[in-house]
Amino acid sequence: MYKQIRNTVVALAAVCAMAGTAGAGTLINGAGATFPYPIYSKWFNEYAKIDTSVKFNYQSIGSGGGIKQITAQTVDFGASDKFLTDAELKAAPGRLIHIPTVMGAVVITYNVPGVKTGLKLTAEDVSGIYLGKITQWNDPRIAAANPGVRLPAKPIIVVHRSDGSGTTAIFTDYLSTVSPEWKSRVGMGTSVRWPAGLGGKGNEGVAGQVKITAYSVGYVELAYAFENRLPFATVKNRDGRYVVPSIKSTTAAAAGAARHMPADYRVSLVNQPGKDAYPIAGFTWLLVYENQKDKVKGKKLVEFLRWELKKGQKLAAPLLYAPLPPNVVRMVEKTIAGIR
Amino acid sequence: MNRFDTNRMEAIVSHEEQLRDTVSAGGFSGDRIFRMITLGFALSIILILLLITIGMAVESIPALKQFGWRFITGANWDAVQGRFGALPYIWGSIVSSLLAIVAATPLAVGTALFITEIAPKKLGGAIASLVELLAAIPSVIYGLWGILVMIPWLQQTVEPFLVDHFGFLPFFRGAPYGVGMLAAVMIIMIMIIPIITSITKEVLLTVPVSQKEAAVALGATTWETIRMAVLPYGRSGILGAVVLGLGRAIGETMAVTMVIGNTPQISLSLLDPAYTMPSVIANEFAEASSNLHSSALMEIGLILLVMTLLINITARFLIWGVARQGAAGGRI
Repeated sequence: MYKQIRNTVVALAAVCAMAGTAGAGTLINGAGATFPYPIYSKWFNEYAKIDTSVKFNYQSIGSGGGIKQITAQTVDFGASDKFLTDAELKAAPGRLIHIPTVMGAVVITYNVPGVKTGLKLTAEDVSGIYLGKITQWNDPRIAAANPGVRLPAKPIIVVHRSDGSGTTAIFTDYLSTVSPEWKSRVGMGTSVRWPAGLGGKGNEGVAGQVKITAYSVGYVELAYAFENRLPFATVKNRDGRYVVPSIKSTTAAAAGAARHMPADYRVSLVNQPGKDAYPIAGFTWLLVYENQKDKVKGKKLVEFLRWELKKGQKLAAPLLYAPLPPNVVRMVEKTIAGIR
Repeated sequence: MNRFDTNRMEAIVSHEEQLRDTVSAGGFSGDRIFRMITLGFALSIILILLLITIGMAVESIPALKQFGWRFITGANWDAVQGRFGALPYIWGSIVSSLLAIVAATPLAVGTALFITEIAPKKLGGAIASLVELLAAIPSVIYGLWGILVMIPWLQQTVEPFLVDHFGFLPFFRGAPYGVGMLAAVMIIMIMIIPIITSITKEVLLTVPVSQKEAAVALGATTWETIRMAVLPYGRSGILGAVVLGLGRAIGETMAVTMVIGNTPQISLSLLDPAYTMPSVIANEFAEASSNLHSSALMEIGLILLVMTLLINITARFLIWGVARQGAAGGRI
């Protein structure tokens, strides 16, 4: 009993102390992508225990909003699931740096009675299905990679995200990379003009639709698929192997990209080389000005980024985000040293 | 008179004295100040509406300039190519709201009649509060219920039945996805029943008892009383209730987005997925990457606003018309 009271008092005192210092300390505001929100809030919470003089406030308003706000300099950092175009970079009043933080992957889930998890799909299968060209489950193109699996002669019901999302951006990036037809007919973006299928709102909307609709196929974020134990397809990668989507195979995609990583990290991680690389993956980035207007805030921000690369990365996997591979971490550490 | 009553009397008397003091002290200037304040409040509402409209119009200028009328007549919505035509969304909004109104009105008016005219007072009261409880359920809960309960039922039971028996009609063609226009109509219908029911109920309660008694005295049955005395008297009010329901239906966002299938296409079939104006705004605004894209979404918002205004104005005229007609000779 006594111990409990003492613990409560200590906890209360700690909270008061934190609130007190936060009021007096530095407040760093950020806004942007919703996809990395859980890991970012975890980082900011953990970091508040290490450096009590700084408080992070992150609003997950979407990548588009994050880009607009950092360009207008209404926040101290932005966050986005897509990298900025040259035009968007030019519109910013200063030099914006992309800092990759973690990675996400997109999983193809399906509901075909009699077919278990692990259906093998090639890039041509995935793009053919979403283009509306492969319309039957027993299409010879799907059957060729799946000997022994009894595929039904039923039409494929295609489900996609209806809301604009980073998940859609990664998925359409993949389709544009592997299929010239997709690239010219549809392209990549957070919301696109789908040639086929139904739209569900959010991961839960797509997963729910797939779950209740026999013979359907959809795509969801890796974390969502794992948490809800959805059946998923293994996808053939650039090296010709069928890879199970996982945190490890997502990190492997970035490791494969590291050799030709551009200095500004504006790179797509889809269809990367490497025998274990999962082909439908992508970075999420923080957007920070190289020249910080407020030097105190700038210093605190860099300190946080260093911590995030060293310690924060270990917190990613439990929340089902893929951490950066060590070679990329070393590159990013050099980059953030340039923030003034 | 016991002590409690005496106290109360004293309190009332002193309150009256206070009132008299206030009135004699400066009645005129007090009135004027009060009038100005209320005028200010009333004007502020008009100002807010005006500011919203102007703000949306300014935001939609890039899309207006780029597309002109083609924005309303075009059916191609492609954020990647930067081409925006809103016709499928306008179609989806109008069709889903009108069908929902058509389905909800008889249900709601019937419920209101039962509550006020037929049911014993206690039962009527209980049903009335249950109906009002429906209105208190948040939109997203309706949406979740739609996804988890209604859509599987539509998909496995209702839609296969419709396809098998009425598939020869263009309205029931296609695959039973569950999500689609039919699901949206049903969810909107459930959501607007409470508002139509409670307003109709209030309207019916204002029907003078003398009217009903007159009908009964002439030997009218319950149904005849309702048809001849109750409904004609409440006609304009019921119409107003229906229009308010339509206003809610056309703006309904969350639940509709969750069940309509979000596919921008114009199809006669109720089984096909569709899309509405509020849904596309809710879906795409947060991640709209280009200025033109967010501007196009703003223009959809503007169209929605104008449409709602038009509906309300039409309703006003309808209600006035009916009211005048009623005054001229609708009585018995």
